[in-house]
Amino acid sequence: MNRRDFNKLMLMAGVVGTAGIPLGIRRAAGQTRGGTLDVIIQPEPPVLVAAINQQAPTLTVAGKIYQSLLKFDFDQTPKPGLAKSWEISEDGLTYTFHLYDNVTWHDGAPFTAADVVFTTTVLLAETHPRARGNFARCDSVTATDDHTVVFKLKEPFGPFLQCFEMSSCPIMPRHLYEGTDYRNNPHNATPIGTGPYKFKEWVRGSYIRLVRNDAYYKPGQPYLDEILYRVIPDAASRSVALENGTVDLTQWGDVEMFDVPRLKQLPHVEFTTKGYEFYAPLLWLEFNNRIKPMDDKRFRQAVMHAIDKDVLVRKVLFGLARPATGPVSKATKFYDPKVKTYDFNPAKATALLDQMGLKPDGDGKRVSLTYLVPPYGEVWMRFAEYIRQALSKVGIEIVIEAIDIAGWATRSGNWDFEITAPWLYQFGDPALGVSRTYVSSNIRKGVLFSNTAGYSNPEVDRLFAEAALAVDPAKRQELYSEVQRLLVEDVPVGWLVELDFPTMYDKRFHDLVVSAIGVNDDFDAAYYEG
Amino acid sequence: MLNSLRGIAARMIKIAVMILIIATFNFMLVHAAPGDPAAVIAGQSGASDEKLLAQVRAEYGLDQPLHVQLTDYLAKVASFDLGYSYRQRQPVSVLIGERLPATLLLTVTAFLLALGIGSLLGTLAGVRAGKWTDTVISIAALLFYAMPVFWLGLMLVLIFSVRLDWLPAFGFSTIGPTITGIDLVLDVATHMVLPVATLAAIYLAIYARLMRASIIEVEHQDYVKTARAKGLARGQVIRRHMLRNALLPVVTFAGVQAGALIGGSVVVETVFAWPGLGRLTFEAVMQRDYPVLLGVFLVMSVLVIAINLLTDLITRIIDPRLARAG
Repeated sequence: MNRRDFNKLMLMAGVVGTAGIPLGIRRAAGQTRGGTLDVIIQPEPPVLVAAINQQAPTLTVAGKIYQSLLKFDFDQTPKPGLAKSWEISEDGLTYTFHLYDNVTWHDGAPFTAADVVFTTTVLLAETHPRARGNFARCDSVTATDDHTVVFKLKEPFGPFLQCFEMSSCPIMPRHLYEGTDYRNNPHNATPIGTGPYKFKEWVRGSYIRLVRNDAYYKPGQPYLDEILYRVIPDAASRSVALENGTVDLTQWGDVEMFDVPRLKQLPHVEFTTKGYEFYAPLLWLEFNNRIKPMDDKRFRQAVMHAIDKDVLVRKVLFGLARPATGPVSKATKFYDPKVKTYDFNPAKATALLDQMGLKPDGDGKRVSLTYLVPPYGEVWMRFAEYIRQALSKVGIEIVIEAIDIAGWATRSGNWDFEITAPWLYQFGDPALGVSRTYVSSNIRKGVLFSNTAGYSNPEVDRLFAEAALAVDPAKRQELYSEVQRLLVEDVPVGWLVELDFPTMYDKRFHDLVVSAIGVNDDFDAAYYEG
Repeated sequence: MLNSLRGIAARMIKIAVMILIIATFNFMLVHAAPGDPAAVIAGQSGASDEKLLAQVRAEYGLDQPLHVQLTDYLAKVASFDLGYSYRQRQPVSVLIGERLPATLLLTVTAFLLALGIGSLLGTLAGVRAGKWTDTVISIAALLFYAMPVFWLGLMLVLIFSVRLDWLPAFGFSTIGPTITGIDLVLDVATHMVLPVATLAAIYLAIYARLMRASIIEVEHQDYVKTARAKGLARGQVIRRHMLRNALLPVVTFAGVQAGALIGGSVVVETVFAWPGLGRLTFEAVMQRDYPVLLGVFLVMSVLVIAINLLTDLITRIIDPRLARAG
């Protein structure tokens, strides 16, 4: 029994006979009602409807309002969400979900299987690019009764359960959206979900206020009275806000990495990097494989040997990362540790470059490439500067070009770059978050986060396709191990680090981070102990 | 009378034409920046496909040729419609309406403080040029002028919010139980202290330096010498003869600076999480939210024109000769 189960038991005991339990024990069990959680939200989300907008801050707030059928443990194991149980047929084609029968929407209407059918087949197909791809794999989605939904797939799809995580499939109220213009539905301004917290008010530019949903389907939950998301645009001000107790929780990139070592020492602050396993952001140097000399794998291998990832982790990222070994993050299913590694060895790098015939000129310079720095904060410029320094030692000159978000998105999507350094989410399974970067079918000009490097290898395409369709996990592991071996040899992109995001919170709050989506989860078990 | 009416009408037409030219220019400028809003929206959601891009472009008419978009935009401007935000899914006029009061409160207060105290200190430094008062004021002004706004803001937060805990560091008012009346005014006022002080400090320094130079220049004019020769007291000479004339360049400059003040508020609004127009603009730039950006530019242009009219009026009050001349 873990602590949370124990707490639940204590709570039930409390419900039965609170009077008999001394106050001290009740307090030790925690989970008393009350408390306002002050959180930073940055940047301010455009809307709070996760089905319509999937930007990071939208999901963080919307995660408290909207829910999906499943939640995921830190190791990606599915847990009940709106579905209390589920079965998968032997052939991997039929998924049956049994929904909780006491769930209501925030406007009082009952939540039923029809909402799930509408959301997955009609609404998300219009508004959500990832869900559109996932649910296009379904042959049919039917509600066999009010609380049972059956998904029949056209062909097996290994990670299908992972498609029911909140940001991938937020369930929407059919009675408010059916037949409307989803993007301009008036309810977008006052979101109605099934989650533990209800939308109360939004003062643009200042804050978003959520309040407890007293009709939540889990008895006694949620515990917090309110969650207040404050918009604080300046990074230094955000650090001050955590320091002086104006806010109780910072997440994702709220605090610049160089402030983290100082802030996590504060006596009232708890620090964790758990809760990002589902996303498992992996950062790489993206080489435009169409441009010489980056079209030669020896060049890309040389770059891997020329960069000391430990220095990146320690000196640039303040320990908030781990060296990456390949295309699959260690937090993601089917990661294979037994792949070729590129040790930090400038001599090997220069040998490879010499072998290619890329000779240094009088100044020791072999080639000059432009590095487009993604505009996500101070740290990424320092990161680029380290790369420039490391590569200059083997004769590769890097010209750093700074750009804003819109410019970066456009140029990266349009293949108008030589080197850049994006980080992408893995979404728990290689078929969802890994293959998109490497398969030929995803070379699509103008589309960000597709195979923008332009790598193409028929064998890799085949392995990814087969692995996605395989049902047996052992078979999938075999295929993904093979694809990892191939990719690590080819180095289509230079994997550098698996990023950790710092979550820092006031010690009086508990159970904020309990799943693989951490701060984006619904906080229905979070409580305050003042 | 008829003459002045015709003058006003001519001026109004001039202003309307000017606004249309400004709107066209803004439109071209905004669209000249690389990057399109559809890509930004897609880029921040961590996933994207052709359908999403096409949907967004079609929804906002971004798939139309540029001249069609421009004509549509100008037609809308002419009918006082500022359009619809790509990102926030709200009418631009509503967004600006929500933010403008906060910005005006911040900038007007800071402006008046800066102008008032700046002129006062400048006068003081000017009439005591070379003495220790002048040295202290001049050095202080130079320091404030050279200081980066965000740094000054953060230092004030560190001292008055973090260390001393006297003043709130962020926001427009306390979030919590609804407060009204005098309590609300006091609450907003305490929230204003640090951002206003930060913004005012920079401009105060400018006006102080300008006023000092102006005073010193006026001091050597013949009519001042005459006034002195008449045996007027020094205080009287300063008040009655020097201030008016010395103030003219400061007021003219302040009118020009009013637009820049809104620009300066971007930084202050960011540091202090102040929900104003400056931040709205900054975010709109980052998001390539064209309608919001154009709306803000237009509103600011109108404000600047209004401020220029006002400056004209004020200079004429200060120096009636200008009114007679023009």
